Amino acid sequence: MTDTLRKLLSSAFVGFCALSVLIALVPLAFILFFVVTQGIRAINFDFFTHLPRPVGEAGGGMANAIVGTLIVTGLASLMAVPIGIVSGIYMSEYAGTRFAAAVRFAADTLNGVPSIVVGVFAYGVAVLPFKQFSAMAGGFALGVMMIPIIARTTEELLLLVPGSMREGALALGATRARAVFTVVLPAALPGIVTGVVLALARIAGETAPLLFTSFNNRFFTTSLTQPISTLTVQVFTYATGPYEDWHRQAWAGALVLVTIVLLCSLLARFATRRLERMHARS
Amino acid sequence: MAQAWRKDIGFRAGTGVFALLLIGIVGAIGVELTLQSMKSINQFGLDFWRTEIWDPVAGEFGALPFIWGTLYSSILALLLATPIALGIAVFISELCPAALRQPLVFLTELLAAIPSIVYGLWGIFVLVPAVRTLEASLPGAVRSLPMFSGPPLGLGMLSAALVLAIMVIPFSSSVAREVLKSVPSAQREAAYALGATRFEAIRAALFYARTGIIGAVMLGFGRALGETMAVTMVIGNNPQVSVSLFAPQYTMAAVIANEFTEAADELYLAALVEIGLVLFIITLVVNTMSRLLIWSMARSGAKAPAAEPAAAPVPGTA
Repeated sequence: MTDTLRKLLSSAFVGFCALSVLIALVPLAFILFFVVTQGIRAINFDFFTHLPRPVGEAGGGMANAIVGTLIVTGLASLMAVPIGIVSGIYMSEYAGTRFAAAVRFAADTLNGVPSIVVGVFAYGVAVLPFKQFSAMAGGFALGVMMIPIIARTTEELLLLVPGSMREGALALGATRARAVFTVVLPAALPGIVTGVVLALARIAGETAPLLFTSFNNRFFTTSLTQPISTLTVQVFTYATGPYEDWHRQAWAGALVLVTIVLLCSLLARFATRRLERMHARS
Repeated sequence: MAQAWRKDIGFRAGTGVFALLLIGIVGAIGVELTLQSMKSINQFGLDFWRTEIWDPVAGEFGALPFIWGTLYSSILALLLATPIALGIAVFISELCPAALRQPLVFLTELLAAIPSIVYGLWGIFVLVPAVRTLEASLPGAVRSLPMFSGPPLGLGMLSAALVLAIMVIPFSSSVAREVLKSVPSAQREAAYALGATRFEAIRAALFYARTGIIGAVMLGFGRALGETMAVTMVIGNNPQVSVSLFAPQYTMAAVIANEFTEAADELYLAALVEIGLVLFIITLVVNTMSRLLIWSMARSGAKAPAAEPAAAPVPGTA
């Protein structure tokens, strides 16, 4: 191969890589563009304060679904935050042990389980025995998905805390528990909170695990033992339905979901930046 | 002294119980799905996966169309996504100016953060009509090929593969980026020192990182196999085995999402759970293999001496 050809090939390759980035950013721009333009046209005050109207009637909103999403994700965090953080502590404190490796493997495996499969599992464990779709079953399903994310984030952040801090505490006579809870964990806490926020954002956008756990409900409810509406399931119902007005509201719901995700990502990004700067200074 | 030791044991056991829960959940998923699908497993055996007819009303349950749809759509998505994902990884880690790196990472990760249902909504109302127009505008000679046969509906395999490809790109590219980061810079420097062009140096780095790169691609494959909402909304939901990209088809995840709440009798429900069980096992195997590959790459990368010879011969310099 001549040198000119090699150089040409190289330039073509660089061009292809740059083009790849563009190819990936085009759909992103398209999706954001449509969600924002279609969503803004559809969103109004009623969307946040009204219940869905009877089938065929225009207007109404998703007040019940917004509250439902808050309740179901709240339940999921109640379950996943303690389990995730404490198992994360185990994995980082006893990082070299075989059991920690097994837990890490289980966390990664759980993270890769398709969300629909988690839904089927939650149906068998939390719906079937009670013969009732419920907010709690939905919270359980989302909790199962949230645990591995929080556990792995906690583990990684705890491992970033300088060993000297832990050793300092131990040298002063602190027990392992005391060293972890008063020194190591507080040092990593801002990062862990960021991780929890990101996990929440991801969980709030899940649909598949809720289809047959929390199901759907056209009415307003805060009962944990009743089926409950959520933003994502409502968007699915409306998007696949036949009415123009439903489609309009589906876009509004999508706009709310994307806004939540975007805000959480930006928040997390700024928080991580501040953390990095803090670490750089110390 | 002894007391402190006892307290530490308590701490270890206490946190260990929570950690054990994680292993317990994975086990429970496998056990629960197996138990719930026993009826279908006993009734149909392996024929379940060889039968092409899915007619719940007549009590006929064959899962072949779903396996086919899942594999076909995921493989198509992988073919579309892999070159682009690798291109992005190379661009961000090797080529782009440092100031551009963080914003690009943020944007590609945003692609992964957008909820599946939003992809589905966009798919139904924007992508599917566009695909329909594209399909209809193809010349007749192309349309007569088996891969492009059938009416241009828009809803079908092509739309599903496209949505999946977009969704998989950020996963593969972020892992590939990490893997490339672990390639010792001596690899590239050695290539440059031998007079390699940029492409040749990066090819050497990619070759060095091949195990991890394959792992990254497989991770994307695992994601595609299990993706539910977006695919359900654009693939057309028709249980048939067809090579046509235009044909409405069905996937394992989609049939569970659509039919689970409608499954009136126990056998129907068990059949759907069995599909879930197999999806669980397939993704488990794919993800485990991918993680082993990435992990072995990370380990060998850490161990590799700085002055290892270039893994790929650089042509044109001999």
